[in-house]
Amino acid sequence: MKNFPISIRPFGVHAVLIEWPQEVNDRILNDILFFSAHLKKECLHEGLWELIPAYNSLTLVLRNDIIQFDTFKIQLEHWYSEKKAITLEQKFLWRLPVCYESEFALDLIEISEKLQKTQAEIIALHTENPYTVYGIGFLPGFMYLGGLPSLLEIPRRNSPRPKVLKGSVGLAGKQTGVYPQESPGGWNIIGNCSVPIFNPKNENPCLVKVGDKVQFYSISMAEYDLHKIESEVGIYQFEKIKIDA
Amino acid sequence: MLKVLKSGFFTTIQDTGRFGFRDKGVPVSGIMDTETVYKLNMLLENERDAAVLEITMTGPTLEFEEATYIALGGAELSITLNNEPVSNYKVLKVNAGDILSYGRLKKGFRAYLAIKKGFQSSLVLGSRSYYGNITPKALLKDKYEVPYIHTALFEPKITGLKVDSILDEEILHVAKGPEFELLDDKQLEMLFSQEFTIANENNRMAYQLNETITGHAVSMLTSATLPGTIQFTPAGKLIILMKDGQTTGGYPRILQLTDKGISILAQKKAGDTLSFKLM
Repeated sequence: MKNFPISIRPFGVHAVLIEWPQEVNDRILNDILFFSAHLKKECLHEGLWELIPAYNSLTLVLRNDIIQFDTFKIQLEHWYSEKKAITLEQKFLWRLPVCYESEFALDLIEISEKLQKTQAEIIALHTENPYTVYGIGFLPGFMYLGGLPSLLEIPRRNSPRPKVLKGSVGLAGKQTGVYPQESPGGWNIIGNCSVPIFNPKNENPCLVKVGDKVQFYSISMAEYDLHKIESEVGIYQFEKIKIDA
Repeated sequence: MLKVLKSGFFTTIQDTGRFGFRDKGVPVSGIMDTETVYKLNMLLENERDAAVLEITMTGPTLEFEEATYIALGGAELSITLNNEPVSNYKVLKVNAGDILSYGRLKKGFRAYLAIKKGFQSSLVLGSRSYYGNITPKALLKDKYEVPYIHTALFEPKITGLKVDSILDEEILHVAKGPEFELLDDKQLEMLFSQEFTIANENNRMAYQLNETITGHAVSMLTSATLPGTIQFTPAGKLIILMKDGQTTGGYPRILQLTDKGISILAQKKAGDTLSFKLM
């Protein structure tokens, strides 16, 4: 498989940062995920290392020891060159229900004026295509989603809100995302997703992983309430569709 | 059980942290001043990751329901066990009904209470460490009870330590961060020649500094951050991420603190000063 020019740099004594060309696209993300899978499977002791992919980078963290950078860099370059097209963990498209009704969609009216689009058009655009999960960070379970239609690009709010409701779905610049917990936030809020993808009580606390895709669909307030109760009692069934790497 | 009579300002249960979930956005968390806690757990002959109490600024009042052994350290506060003053870095025996009470903060910012075999609160995602949404109960409140293992007899190999305190240290040793190269001569000069003051915005997630350096217009893709990463905002502000810091960020990572540097910083409060020294 084709290899990209990568750069390997130290990141403190416990971590190494590997960077791919500074672009946002699925080819680069997939190469990162292949290399990450290869490292986990063939090269690194998984209990000792943590691998954090995001957009065009992969950060490797060694929990307790110091990395001998010079030798490790040569080793990594070798591992990258010999990397094979091994099978990735199954990827999924997650269909997430969002209620875009005014109770949640605090900024929808304002955005509709700014973007010169009706609220229905905004919802249609937001739910039209799947988004790629390029990273998970900022807060536990917060997905960095790429692929927002350019017609929905709008700057973040001038002043952040001190409290944004858990599940809030927002727009900011080229990004859209779901707040996994109540937090301060400056994104424009257009709805609320009633089902949490992050739950610390689960052995795997976050259903979605980097490389998966997410597509939103619009639900009524009644469906929102139902899904919320279902997820609280633990019987909500997430809709997921297998996708090819 | 350890009964919390008064919780203090911000007292949490911490171990060495939560490992293996950073790719899901879960911060490492854990003890801020590991330099201190490793010594305390060593005195008690505990594992390194035995859970301790991290006591911030003003301390709690605690009642022990069973006999055990404890060791105290980190920030200096006036501390009494049954109204008798006790010192840091000594193995102390406590009996059922004993009351440990923290008074005025004298030096530093975070004090630690280690206990024989560690506190036994629930493990979530492999750690007992407090993090708001994951282990809310690890932030102590009045009347809480924290489980520990009764130890009737323990003969420590070392009963006390003379410690080179890090509380007076003001120099943080730093390594170059991944985006260090974007700093120009003027920014480097400002970074390494001036003294910085800790801002009011300082907590387990991040420490901000009052002084700024000349800003920048570099935009980068979001990438991983670590405890001890110093982020550089376009306005020239420096934000030092700590143990509960976000796992990814979009600001240039210009410097990286050493582990010891994180411990030194963890003992600083608003208004304290520090400077950076490149390794």
